[in-house]
Amino acid sequence: MNLGEGTALPFFMGIWMTCFSLPAWARQLALRGVCTLALGVLSHVSALALTTEQTRALTLGDTDARVTALQKALASPDAPTAAFLQAMADDAVKVNGTQVLVVRDGQAFDPVSGEATALPDTAEDVINNNRMRGEIDAALSALQLLSPDAALRVQAAKSVLKEPDPTKLAMLEKALASETNEGVKKQMLLARAAILLNSNNADERFASAKTLADSQTPDTQLLLNQRLSQEEDKKVRAQLQTSLLTIQAALSWGEKLGALFTGISLGSILLLVALGLAITYGLMGVINMAHGELMMIGAYATYVVQGLFRQYLPGMFDAYLLVAVPASFLAAALVGAVLERLVLRHLYGRPLETLLATWGISLVLMQGVRSIFGAQNVGVENPSWMSGGVQLLANLSLPYNRLIIIGFAVFVLVGMTLLISKTRLGLFVRGVTQNRPMASALGVNTARIDTYAFSLGCGIAGLAGCALSQIGNVGPDLGQNYIVDAFMVVVLGGVGQLAGTVYAAMGLGLMNKLLEGVAGAVLAKIAVLVFIIVFIQKRPQGIFAMKGRSAEA
Amino acid sequence: MMNRRGNLKALAAAAALSVGSLCLAPHALAADTIKVGVLHSLSGTMAISETVLKDTVLMAIDEINAKGGVLGKKLEPVVVDPASNWPLFAEKTKQLLGQDKVSVIFGCWTSVSRKSVLPVVEEMNGLLFYPVQYEGEELSKNVFYTGAAPNQQAIPAVDYLMSKDGGAAKRWVLLGTDYVYPRTTNKILRAYLKSKGVADKDIDEKYTPFGHSDYQTIVADIKKFSAGGKTAVVSTINGDSNVPFYKELGNAGLKAKDVPVVAFSVGEEELRGVDTKPLVGHLAAWNYFMSIKSPANDEFIKKWSAYAKAKGIAGHKDKPLTNDPMEATYIGINMWKQAVEKAKSTDVDKVIAAMAGQTFKAPSGIVSKMDEKNHHLHKSVFIGEIKADGQFNVVWKTPGPVKAKPWSPFIEGNASKPDEPVKK
Repeated sequence: MNLGEGTALPFFMGIWMTCFSLPAWARQLALRGVCTLALGVLSHVSALALTTEQTRALTLGDTDARVTALQKALASPDAPTAAFLQAMADDAVKVNGTQVLVVRDGQAFDPVSGEATALPDTAEDVINNNRMRGEIDAALSALQLLSPDAALRVQAAKSVLKEPDPTKLAMLEKALASETNEGVKKQMLLARAAILLNSNNADERFASAKTLADSQTPDTQLLLNQRLSQEEDKKVRAQLQTSLLTIQAALSWGEKLGALFTGISLGSILLLVALGLAITYGLMGVINMAHGELMMIGAYATYVVQGLFRQYLPGMFDAYLLVAVPASFLAAALVGAVLERLVLRHLYGRPLETLLATWGISLVLMQGVRSIFGAQNVGVENPSWMSGGVQLLANLSLPYNRLIIIGFAVFVLVGMTLLISKTRLGLFVRGVTQNRPMASALGVNTARIDTYAFSLGCGIAGLAGCALSQIGNVGPDLGQNYIVDAFMVVVLGGVGQLAGTVYAAMGLGLMNKLLEGVAGAVLAKIAVLVFIIVFIQKRPQGIFAMKGRSAEA
Repeated sequence: MMNRRGNLKALAAAAALSVGSLCLAPHALAADTIKVGVLHSLSGTMAISETVLKDTVLMAIDEINAKGGVLGKKLEPVVVDPASNWPLFAEKTKQLLGQDKVSVIFGCWTSVSRKSVLPVVEEMNGLLFYPVQYEGEELSKNVFYTGAAPNQQAIPAVDYLMSKDGGAAKRWVLLGTDYVYPRTTNKILRAYLKSKGVADKDIDEKYTPFGHSDYQTIVADIKKFSAGGKTAVVSTINGDSNVPFYKELGNAGLKAKDVPVVAFSVGEEELRGVDTKPLVGHLAAWNYFMSIKSPANDEFIKKWSAYAKAKGIAGHKDKPLTNDPMEATYIGINMWKQAVEKAKSTDVDKVIAAMAGQTFKAPSGIVSKMDEKNHHLHKSVFIGEIKADGQFNVVWKTPGPVKAKPWSPFIEGNASKPDEPVKK
């Protein structure tokens, strides 16, 4: 439907008027913008009211019967049917015996008359299994084939292509007949081909297989493969195979780029995890076995901030991460400072004791968190702007949370590099770690600088924990999974070298992911470990060795 | 001075008394209590799953004691912490049986821990109730298995996915953590799928190391594999790794209606720490779900909620959850009580004999029966779809209870093994 034509005015009046002839709960839906799709259909098809029998057939009985009822309802769609289907998709339909009710905001409505009724206590939710949900979604999107919005029509055609069944053909043909937008038309033709791919006529199947080669998505691949497994006609088989090869060639780029992206993503996580350690172990030489637990503290700080936002600022929930980042840094840095003052300061220069003490501390921290928050994992929800992703190619979508974490890793890296190389504090830290007596003689308070440097490393571990909370578990033993990786990266990169840490993290991430694609996760992990062992044997100082006088210190 | 000396004397006397009472107490108590061992990890990695089982046993003991105990005696729990450390499980078992002289032990979660306890209970003729679903391939006279054998969980789940309602899957990804339970289960499933006419090229078996947290490649592989035909994923991923796996599925936009994932280790408790919105529609197969509607279940949940609140159990006091292993634990201890009453003794051999054919009204809504011979429960199998609130919609169940087959016929050499413990 092209709104630019003279039909626009009567159409809108149609919407306006039907809106008020609708049941109350459906009107409520209309305000949510759902009505546009229902009405788009209504203005074309003469209204055939939804009956009570139909609502029963749609909600009660076994899935087969319900699917049949759904297809029947779709043959003569009207606004109440569409609204009812939307309610089913939203899990807002309940049944009480044979009485079907739509419940919106705690108020029950009769789906046919639209009158508000009392909600009996015995009413039960209508359970939709995956198949039913798929059918309802497909039906709802098929109804949008006639929507005035071109984007919605493309969406609808795509969903028909995904689940093509012959009952949708009539509707699709009608939409095609009135379609003027070339782009949408092309998508609809593809959807039509997808339906006809299973027609009884071999010529139609052949033509469809040929058309579908233009739709280079995994969905089409699936359809063609499914047809291929049961196709008997030789000519059609050959065409199916040709089309499949075309699609495969187009998709292989997406796969390669996808593997590269996962490698970089893993690398960025390793980098975040290892950066803190690059300071505490790399620069200061403290073997901190509790490094993982500091990450855990950062993750729990994120959890607490999330809880506070949910409780006191639910409207701004999506912004909680902005507060959680500094909070996790401060929480871990504070614990780090206390650790340094109370324990580590007495153990400088005694690596074995440091190792044992920090390992003990890690156990204490874990059990402490267990007693405060419980042994169970806690849930950290992604803010809504972190869910989903950008679709670059048909089979390559980059999830926002991974992209954001890569960006975050770069941000932390740059921040840390500037802090160490450009600020007065960074100068002191370098001075103290390279030549303590000299720095002290020049009036630097070395004890305080030790505390600052150690808490900085711990704070960065906290930042890593905050990032990890967005992709995995938050539980008392979160840190245990990463401590080995962190040490591996720092040792491989070369102790005391920031650049080395970056190269090692990215190298390990890419290597791990590329090997995993070939050999599976278990073998990839083993291969990476073997590689590191061999590498360290040949080059104990890591990728980058310290140069100059500080190397002997 | 005098005063202080007097104090010292009093202290000494008190100390002597308390030492005396310490020595005497166990003997005095031993006469009128029955000791029950609880062997679940309360610290370490498995604490996340096992702690609630300890609390379930304690709750059941409280309940039994409130009703007058067993054979006129109260039950006395002896709780030990094997700390997720497998050899320590064997040591603690030795301590429970040898030193504390417990009549029965409720415990273990992982198969490794059970395997390390097994020789000890067999040698010392103890009694162990094991409440978790496992891979089968074991049958001991001294163990009662109240969790599911593979044919009571894995195989019905695959049947469901093959059915029209389950999506009529043609290709299969068998994904698991790399240890004994997933490996054995997948071996059984592969043989079963082949018997159903699924070709080798349509089965993709994948394993990840323990604690694996980066599922990007695996999810991308599943996506690619699923372009070759309707695909279902059977996941035996171990508890903790499930969160990153499901988060990645959500990221990659793999919806349950396109590629359903059925999990055998994901229940209400595991979903507690997860944002379930992207998971809606993915499946789990268990013999119990908290959402099952039955009077027995309502009562079970009510009891647990009250107990969790009264004892202030972390997590559960605010949001009580029940799950399959908790139900299995609860059935186990109640059946043991009935068997002791039937045998009129806590003697292990007599109790084992009395266990055969015991029935109990399980919270899952069926009357659960201990098999006359094979030490496993007859259980109904439920398939649930994850809902947005972390609970499960039961979408399918077996017509009646299923008898366990600990020796799966789909593993070579099992056909000749008897369906009862072999006398040694």
